[in-house]
Amino acid sequence: MNNNKEVNIPRRSFIDYLLGGSILALIASVLYPTIKFIMPPKVPEASQSSVKAAKVGELAPNSYKIFRMGTKPGILIHTEDGKFIAMSAVCTHLGCIIQYRPDMQHVWCACHNGHFDLNGKVISGPPPLPLEVFQVNIVGDEIIVSKKG
Amino acid sequence: MEKNFLYEWFSKRIPLKNMIEFGKKKTVPVHKYSVWYYFGGICLFLFVVQVLTGIMLLLYYRPTAESAFESVQFIVTQVKFGWLVRSIHSWAANILIAASFIHMFSVYLMKSYRPPREMTWLTGFFLLLIFLAFGFSGYLLPWNELAFFATQVGTNMAGAIPLVGGYIKTFLRGGEEVTGATLIRFFGFHVAVLPGITTVLLAIHIYLVQVHGMSAPIGIEKNKIKEEPFFPNFILKDMVGWSLVLTLLVFLSVFFPWEIGVKADPFASAPVGIKPEWYFMFMFITLKFIPGKVLFFEGEVLGIFGFIFAGIIWMLLPFFDKKAAQEKRSTFFTLIGVFVILYISVITIVGYMLPGK
Repeated sequence: MNNNKEVNIPRRSFIDYLLGGSILALIASVLYPTIKFIMPPKVPEASQSSVKAAKVGELAPNSYKIFRMGTKPGILIHTEDGKFIAMSAVCTHLGCIIQYRPDMQHVWCACHNGHFDLNGKVISGPPPLPLEVFQVNIVGDEIIVSKKG
Repeated sequence: MEKNFLYEWFSKRIPLKNMIEFGKKKTVPVHKYSVWYYFGGICLFLFVVQVLTGIMLLLYYRPTAESAFESVQFIVTQVKFGWLVRSIHSWAANILIAASFIHMFSVYLMKSYRPPREMTWLTGFFLLLIFLAFGFSGYLLPWNELAFFATQVGTNMAGAIPLVGGYIKTFLRGGEEVTGATLIRFFGFHVAVLPGITTVLLAIHIYLVQVHGMSAPIGIEKNKIKEEPFFPNFILKDMVGWSLVLTLLVFLSVFFPWEIGVKADPFASAPVGIKPEWYFMFMFITLKFIPGKVLFFEGEVLGIFGFIFAGIIWMLLPFFDKKAAQEKRSTFFTLIGVFVILYISVITIVGYMLPGK
């Protein structure tokens, strides 16, 4: 009779493992699709490499305009000496949209006081990386901004 | 040791001891009708499924006429397992309503509504109405052709009620016509108003079930009755029921995924063979069968009043059933229940057998 008991215990625990295992499998099969569902699918980025940013007469010297470059904003600056400069308008620090400061004649981010020069380089403040500078071409009366490379 | 410490800490702040004592003492009667006890739990399980999948769908759904249909398309075609989550939400809605009907009729036929459980019956009755409202409001949200016209018809029916009908219709539609305003309104009902009401009703309903315990049918003598412990025996069987329902749900969702249909066009004619959802079919067909004019009344108005009247009577039946209240068989009330079940089943089947028009 003692023998019987010894056999019964592993059988019992085998059933327990089976039950526990299938409960774990059930939980996993609910959690996996749930987590996959929660993570948003990648929306194909409208990878525009070239956009019409503005018309030539639109911007006074020493002023700027934010334009759409695909899904992200870009900044077009008309410098005091009449040059057009375009770069990404997304601050490399925490992603705020930067602006051109006519008084300082360079680019400034209002969020954490980041300063960039007109080549996109960081002058001061927290931004860790320079801004991506775009190529500007004037075709007729339109200002075409395109990504370099 | 640490376990004990945590238990002590919480039990000083939450009446854990009482709850555990209650759980230990709680029993469930065992008899040949015990199987019907599981349907309440199945409704609860499906409701939880609806809350969870509903919250998930909210992450991607956009409730505007311009983008509702597209966002559902996005869920179904782009989001990982989106087709599954939406399908489960739609199927579970239907099974929930079916299970609620089964739950209600089984409670009715077993006369579980007799004192002191009248309030449990009332809250259950309102929960079923709320679930129907969930079904009606949720149906519009994908903004497809069928949903658009179902809403058109449904809100028009409310509009047929004399005096107040016009106001109810405008309130439901958020304007004169079914537009994007209606969609946003239904979305608000579906995800905010109705869940709020449901939570309160459900809490009272379940609390009352705990207070009164499970009702044993009349004729099964209280002192001779067999009982089984709620924990763990009954709850484990409950969970077997839930996993069966989950299996059915996933099976239906995978092999019969819910259609998206065609985007609603407010300037297109209604498609041929348009029908309401099955749980509104018996009302739809009944209204079709009532002639346009009955004496001085409009047929439709008469039909709607008939349904409201019948609904109120059904809700109040526990208060009329004096025999069941004395623990005596009440054949008359059983017959009413059987009649209602037969009426709804037969008319619904007729509805599906009738040709398109």
